[in-house]
Amino acid sequence: MSKRVGIEASFAVAEAARLARIDVAAAYPITPQTHIVERLSEIVANGEVDAEFICVESEHSAMSACLGSAATGARTFTATAGQGLELMHEVLYVAASSRLPIVLAVCNRALSGPLNVWGDHSDAMAARDCGWIQVFTVSGQEAFDQVICGFRIGEDPRVLFPVMVHLDGFHVSHVVEPMVLLDQEEVDAFLPPYTYPFPLHPDKPVTMGAFAPPVIYSEARKAQEEALLRTMDTIRGVWDDFGRRFGRHYTPVETYRAEGAEVMLLTMGSFSQTAEIAIDTMRGRGIKAGLIKLRLWRPFPFDDLRNAVNGARVLAVFDRCLSYGGTGGPVCSEIKATLYGSEKRPHIAGFVGGLGGRDVLPQEFEQMVEKALAQADRGQERAYEMIGVRE
Amino acid sequence: MPKQDYELTWKDLEIGCVVTEPGSASSYRTGGWRSQRPTYDTSKCIKCGLCALYCPEPCIHPDEEGFYKADLFYCKGCGICAHECPKQVITMVAEEEQ
Repeated sequence: MSKRVGIEASFAVAEAARLARIDVAAAYPITPQTHIVERLSEIVANGEVDAEFICVESEHSAMSACLGSAATGARTFTATAGQGLELMHEVLYVAASSRLPIVLAVCNRALSGPLNVWGDHSDAMAARDCGWIQVFTVSGQEAFDQVICGFRIGEDPRVLFPVMVHLDGFHVSHVVEPMVLLDQEEVDAFLPPYTYPFPLHPDKPVTMGAFAPPVIYSEARKAQEEALLRTMDTIRGVWDDFGRRFGRHYTPVETYRAEGAEVMLLTMGSFSQTAEIAIDTMRGRGIKAGLIKLRLWRPFPFDDLRNAVNGARVLAVFDRCLSYGGTGGPVCSEIKATLYGSEKRPHIAGFVGGLGGRDVLPQEFEQMVEKALAQADRGQERAYEMIGVRE
Repeated sequence: MPKQDYELTWKDLEIGCVVTEPGSASSYRTGGWRSQRPTYDTSKCIKCGLCALYCPEPCIHPDEEGFYKADLFYCKGCGICAHECPKQVITMVAEEEQ
């Protein structure tokens, strides 16, 4: 039977990797991901999982080692954060185009400079287009569940893509919370052994990572895009199966108090919980406000998002990342592009905040909603507004 | 007969663009990159084979008479053989010249 325990999210993520019976972990410690790899290296050293822990000299090497490992058909896990994800950057693309189902836990962190080790989504957004399946989690429980789901999704023969599980640095990664962990038997029943169709083997030689001249590169890109879009059904299927077995249900987009909502907030990651408090307060004041929590970032759940907006008049989108000199928040840009073609699209107001570990209070979420409503009433269009910044 | 590169659609590609046929790079005509080709004055050739050792392709092999000649299917026309030849056997000429 699964048991309810108090555990730090990072340790739970390491525990999820153990329960998934990983074969290889290659990782380099970086704040705020450090507790994941510290715990995981202990687990491997104690023989609690039959795996190899490769102590690499950088994140670039970590992801490169993961490529080689996954290509042999070994179940492969790594974790990083912030600058570490940036150092992995070029190899991330190769993992996706090579279709190697590595699972990577990212404790989302701001990017330098100025140097900052605290949480925001700048690292994730810089890796937005690398071709991985990307899931944002709200809590340690979700991070634990999504690491296990990540292996099942990524390794599915219909998928074969690497999976990034995002958990907010410190706000999730370092929080001790009550969680229901799964037993080994439960995970074994849910997660079958991994079989890669083209494992590196001398009896059946293949070329991986061959170059593609202009005559074939476009076809390679089209094939990768079509394959990633087709993963949506499997992602839903795996989450449905997880929900049936363990009672925790996951969908690409989740809503909170959306019924009859005239104005909606949209958040991604742990600040969704704070936003819920703001929604409750505003509902109490008679404002018809609801919340959209975006869980699946890639492939982007276009239909789910349109359904979630469900005729709301105003939508306030909260980003923890700033695209300099552009349209503001990357999530807001995506939402605007998704809804532009809708017949009855809402007025969309973008807000950027929670940068580099700055807290966003429930009252500030209320202000975003109020500002979005006021903008809509005035017919005012502006790219975005920064929240919680001293003028 | 397998499809040529220019006939392949995105649906024809293996997962991750894996190449399942070993040694298939040998069917790629790198000679198409060439703007100059090597020509030979075999009367000066001492058959030392230095050109073959230096060839980065490596596509220089002795013919039936033992003279070292580049395989123009692969030769990219870099001219290293002409530069290294101790007897100045090899002259690079532009492709458009006869």
